[in-house]
Amino acid sequence: MSDQLLTISGLSAGTEDTPILHDINLSIGAGETHVLMGPNGAGKSTLGHVIMGDPVFQVTGGSIMFDGQDVTDKGADKRSLAGIFLSYQAPVEVPGVPLYSFLRTICQMRPELKTTARKFRARVGEIADQLDIDQSFLTRELNVGFSGGEKKKIEMLQLLLLRPKLAILDETDSGLDVDALSIVSKAIEAYRADCDGALLMITHNTRILERLSVDHTHVMVRGNLVADGPASLIDDIDSNGFARFENELAQKGVE
Amino acid sequence: MAEATETTRKRSQVADVDRSLYDFKYSEEGFERYADGLSTDIVRAISEKKDEPQWMLDMRLKALAIYEEMEMPANWGPSIEMLDLNHISAYVSPKTKQASSWDEVPEDIKNTFERLGIPEAERESLAGVGAQYDSEIVYHNMRAEVADQGVIYTTIEDALHDPELEPIVHEYFGKLIPMRDHKFAALHYAVWSGGSFVYVPEGVTLPYPLQSYFRLNAQGAGQFEHTLIIVEPGADLHFIEGCSAPKYYEANLHAGAVELFVKDNARLRYSTIENWSKNMFNLNTKRATVGADAKMEWVSGSFGSHVSYLYPTTIMQGARSTCEFTGITFAGATQDLDTGCKVILNGPDTTASVDTKSISKDGGINTFRSSIVVGRKADRARATVSCASLMLDDFSRSDTIPAMDVRNGSASVGHEATIGRISDDTILYLMSRGCSEAEARTMVVNGFADPVSKELPMEYAIEMNNLIKLEMEGAIG
Ligand SMILES: Nc1ncnc2c1ncn2[C@@H]1O[C@H](COP(=O)(O)OP(=O)(O)OP(=O)(O)O)[C@@H](O)[C@H]1O
Ligand SMILES: [Mg+2]
Repeated sequence: MSDQLLTISGLSAGTEDTPILHDINLSIGAGETHVLMGPNGAGKSTLGHVIMGDPVFQVTGGSIMFDGQDVTDKGADKRSLAGIFLSYQAPVEVPGVPLYSFLRTICQMRPELKTTARKFRARVGEIADQLDIDQSFLTRELNVGFSGGEKKKIEMLQLLLLRPKLAILDETDSGLDVDALSIVSKAIEAYRADCDGALLMITHNTRILERLSVDHTHVMVRGNLVADGPASLIDDIDSNGFARFENELAQKGVE
Repeated sequence: MAEATETTRKRSQVADVDRSLYDFKYSEEGFERYADGLSTDIVRAISEKKDEPQWMLDMRLKALAIYEEMEMPANWGPSIEMLDLNHISAYVSPKTKQASSWDEVPEDIKNTFERLGIPEAERESLAGVGAQYDSEIVYHNMRAEVADQGVIYTTIEDALHDPELEPIVHEYFGKLIPMRDHKFAALHYAVWSGGSFVYVPEGVTLPYPLQSYFRLNAQGAGQFEHTLIIVEPGADLHFIEGCSAPKYYEANLHAGAVELFVKDNARLRYSTIENWSKNMFNLNTKRATVGADAKMEWVSGSFGSHVSYLYPTTIMQGARSTCEFTGITFAGATQDLDTGCKVILNGPDTTASVDTKSISKDGGINTFRSSIVVGRKADRARATVSCASLMLDDFSRSDTIPAMDVRNGSASVGHEATIGRISDDTILYLMSRGCSEAEARTMVVNGFADPVSKELPMEYAIEMNNLIKLEMEGAIG
């Protein structure tokens, strides 16, 4: 267990008045690909946010260890600098902040990514091409007026620039057209290969997983992790849905 | 003061005007004798030292009489009770000039210079210490360069001593802002000193902005300065007033006046970044008159002062003239800033657009007042006012007070105001990409201010962003 990148033990969390996650145990090793599935409202995004350090959610029990340190009480900025990345289900718009200078800022604050302006420009250009992002987007304001799919691509641009150790992708595939979907899955593949990055993919759609070799599949129902299986579990869920897991949970007496 | 002026005495005529102005004959006791108010003797002494034409002295004396007779504005904006008008003579006496040595400049301001990255050599002069510095040379070079195009850029004092310019000053000075406008306008005309005189001849376009802070600092003036700009038909000028470095004066009243004459087909952009020290009552009056097919553009950033009353006014006399006002006000702890603008659309097919932002933090108070007046003859006039406020905490304040008076049925006037806060989602997003919470908030605030920075020349935009960063860090006292 000690060589795990991420170890979540007995984690319970929720908002001030509503418990959402219950006794979550989850470990992700360096370079592994995990998939998290579950019905709407199960708590998947919440888990992603709690791992990232969203202060909206309070941890009421358990701990989160990342890369050898206890990050349970650390802010999102510290976790980001430690190597955790969350691609949001709905990235926010930040008016007046030019995308390019934002990218430059978040890279320059990391000693391992610091580079000259010229090399940085070349790197951004390369990734933008890879993601089929028009260069003119770089001068626009961060996410402002971008379409849903475009925002997801900008998340991937940041992923490839920041080279985190763990990337949590929250429904990055949703809202993408077929071409964009294939571009984004190639980008995820590139992240896996180039950075030996670990992945936690939250998704409802198995298409995006086709190109990836999945190590673990987790199922979340009503804030509980109810299954940890191999890649084949995805196909099972694809054909049979979550009913089996819901029933199992009900039998255990969880409301 | 003696050493400081001694060194500048020989440097230039500009510095001489400054020095002689404050060479009062009165002793320390004499100064005390006038401490109860302004006297005609003081006003006469100012005029005499400046060796002014009779009409200017007459104007000063008339203004003094009006000042004494006028009441304080009642129930207007923030309280100015702390402003001690009984000791107003002190504000124009040599005792309370700018800090006379760098040692007298308060620590917080020195720190700000440090953090703005302003070179040592410039700091003293920017803080208002009348020491020698390079900008004076810059100013003289600038004068020489624009002179080749027939542009005049000088002090009003110098213009009054030039037989060719004196009649022009006489024709325009005080014509746009009447002495009776308000008590502080009267005070201004009684004791004004320093300021810019700019004359751009017909059809001349200046390739770069004229910047007043070079001159203001060389001059060592600034509290009651008068700016007079005349842009003749078809000419084009960008004038920049002030800079982001804080200006510190012991005396805490600023009552300047700015009169702008924009003739037919001309364009004037007037940009201000103001950062008075936070003991200052900034009661400034600015006004422009705009001819047919002409364009007036205001860019205004207000960061400093304890209390501000600032409402630049544009009178759109000519048909099809346009006015754009872009402003930002940042009120932090101990600041109560009452700002806005007034536009009077008198000509047909005139258009005005007002776009302002305000940021309130640490208990700072922002009040935005707009006044749009559409005259009877202003057929199809259009005006839009938009004001966006950003509140950085729960105990700061932000108010919007729009007024409109539309006397033409074909005119259209629109107003919109929004008050927002920085959303937690935005902070989380930026933090999860590695920014600290403070960096994230500063980034959002700078983004909010971006529409204003965009209107500024690069170096000023950078200065403004730095200023916002310092205000966010609470580094400026
Ligand atoms: N800030 C919040 N305040 C209150 N309730 C919340 C908050 N965030 C999430 N919840 C609730 O927690 C539960 C889990 O939400 P979450 O967004 O994690 O679900 P999900 O599994 O990501 O669903 P989906 O597949 O629809 O994206 C939901 O019932 C949701 O309403
Ligand atoms: Mg979700």
